[in-house]
Amino acid sequence: MKKFNVSLITAILLALVLSFAAFAEVEVEDESYYEQFRGKGITLNVYNWGEYISDGSDDTLDIIEEFENISGIDVNYTMFDTNEDMYAKLAHGTSQYDIIIPSDYMIARLIDEDMLEKLNYDNIPNIKFIDDEYRYTDFDPNAEYSVPYTWGMVGLVYNTKYVTEEQASSWDVLWDESLKGKVLMFGNSRDAFGVALKRLGYSLNTEDLDEIRKAADSLSEQKLINQAYAMDQTFDKMANENAYAAPYYAGDCLTMMKRNDALAFSYPKEGVNQFIDAICIPKGTTQKDAAEAFINFLCETEVAVANCEFIEYFTPQTEAAKLIEVDERIIPSEEVLENSETFIMLGDQANELQENLWLEIRSGSGLEAWMWALIFIIILALIIFIILFVVRKRNKKNLDY
Amino acid sequence: MRKSSKISAVPYVIWILIFTIIPFLLVIYYAFTDYNTGAFTLNNIINSSNYLPVLIKSIILAVIATVICLVIAYPLAFIMSRKSEAVQRVFMMTIMLPMWMNFLLRTYAWMTILEDNGIINNILTFFHLPTVQLINTSGAVVLGMVYNYLPFMVLPLFSIMTKIDKSVIEAAQDLGCNQMAVIRKVVFPLSFPGIATGITMTFVPCVSTFIISRLLGGSDCYLIGDLIEEQFKLKGSGFHVGSATSLVLMIVVLISMGILNQFDSDEMEDSIK
Repeated sequence: MKKFNVSLITAILLALVLSFAAFAEVEVEDESYYEQFRGKGITLNVYNWGEYISDGSDDTLDIIEEFENISGIDVNYTMFDTNEDMYAKLAHGTSQYDIIIPSDYMIARLIDEDMLEKLNYDNIPNIKFIDDEYRYTDFDPNAEYSVPYTWGMVGLVYNTKYVTEEQASSWDVLWDESLKGKVLMFGNSRDAFGVALKRLGYSLNTEDLDEIRKAADSLSEQKLINQAYAMDQTFDKMANENAYAAPYYAGDCLTMMKRNDALAFSYPKEGVNQFIDAICIPKGTTQKDAAEAFINFLCETEVAVANCEFIEYFTPQTEAAKLIEVDERIIPSEEVLENSETFIMLGDQANELQENLWLEIRSGSGLEAWMWALIFIIILALIIFIILFVVRKRNKKNLDY
Repeated sequence: MRKSSKISAVPYVIWILIFTIIPFLLVIYYAFTDYNTGAFTLNNIINSSNYLPVLIKSIILAVIATVICLVIAYPLAFIMSRKSEAVQRVFMMTIMLPMWMNFLLRTYAWMTILEDNGIINNILTFFHLPTVQLINTSGAVVLGMVYNYLPFMVLPLFSIMTKIDKSVIEAAQDLGCNQMAVIRKVVFPLSFPGIATGITMTFVPCVSTFIISRLLGGSDCYLIGDLIEEQFKLKGSGFHVGSATSLVLMIVVLISMGILNQFDSDEMEDSIK
């Protein structure tokens, strides 16, 4: 019986695999371009954000598999959680990656530290589909190193049962005493400072140390009413109404809104952060041509559409953008876009100050009173214990002799 | 005989060299060098003293969690060790069972239980009782530590207590010890090495945890593990300041273990006499 089951499952799986191989072919611009890599035994190491590519789950397009089918290149796909994790691995690790997809300010840092290869656009003909507005950016002004993958906005997701639209129109809502213990803040320094700086009317990329200090003070103030510094936990906390307002990325907010109807989204009037994640090739790759073919594949219209539908961020691919209907609740108006800023790399001094202040905010001002009392008791107990111990030992020694 | 025992130690020595000694030397190297010049410096260590309150808070929470673990585990281990082998196996199973699940998942599960709209508060609301603030408190972090590391306290205690001979206890009883005196004068001294191991095995992971405090601790509960993790991600000097803080933590742990082992070896000598 058991044997029968196993063989049945194998047969079904095999049939599924075969049917996928037979039908799910992607329509590409120039199929022969990808053919040149077949049979060379090339392996590409791709390093991307988690949940950040259409992966074949729930009947979506499995982009990695499609690329392997069309080009014969093996893809070794790994994921990271934050830009900083990716950077640490790239800078200190021994692993070699051929494709990475970091965000704007991290790309600026990588360019600055000479860690990226210049791209050869002859190998990326599909670049013609990519909107120039997202190619020539502050972090890569001449578009030499990166091809935009997605772009998005930071906004405010809030629960309409507890927070009014009026409140949600400003970042002040995260500082609102009436919501004490029910608001969240970003769990990484750059995004958290971004919110605080914008609320105070400064630039996200300010190098003015006083402005950064003022933002840190306001974050310390916010900490008193903050529930938690959250990243991925935001999804559950907002959807289950454990928190009522949180800053997060627009596409992800949409995912939360699908889980709970009471949630709504706004772009606070002080301005927000617009971010661009782009595809780059790190220095040291031995497969630059194949990596460029992969970038080209990601720019194919059908692939970009599948990705955009899966990730729910905005796409810079013009043909795909025409085909996709984005939920209008998160579409930024012209005004919002004008008011938004992209992160660029901060100077060393400003960056260091920001990071150190962040650690100070997180580690807090000191200990609560009961902790001091407890330390006192522990030390007292320890001293008494040691004294007793020494006395006992001495008595015993005296007995021995 | 001696030669073969030396050879059989080789895999372990290589293992410890690659995964303990070399990383440890790297931590020391990073902790005492400057990021920009690579020269010897004490600044990283001095800098980490800014975060003394974080370290103290971590130690306090870890001490509380360890004490609770000991209070729960000690009687449990004693009772278990006096049962028949079949009963012991069932007990053992129930203690080990949660550990078959991933650590992170177990902690996430506590999050859903303790949340303001979580399982406990939902039950309270159902009976029209006032809800309580459970998550995002130091108590929640201690609970997470106790839950996750209790088996590490039970196991060494149990294994040492099964070795206590029944006849020793009977002899004490025959000589007129009551139940309390038996435990105080016979079981406790004999189980001391187990207590020391158990304390080490719960205190060390508790003091350096970062995921429990992140998930259950809210914005106020920032422990030394969280700090080290974020320091390592700082631009440029990250590895240096992070290593310095880790080194300070390691030294604190080492000192407290040293004190503990002092008691341990002395008690052992006493009990042998």
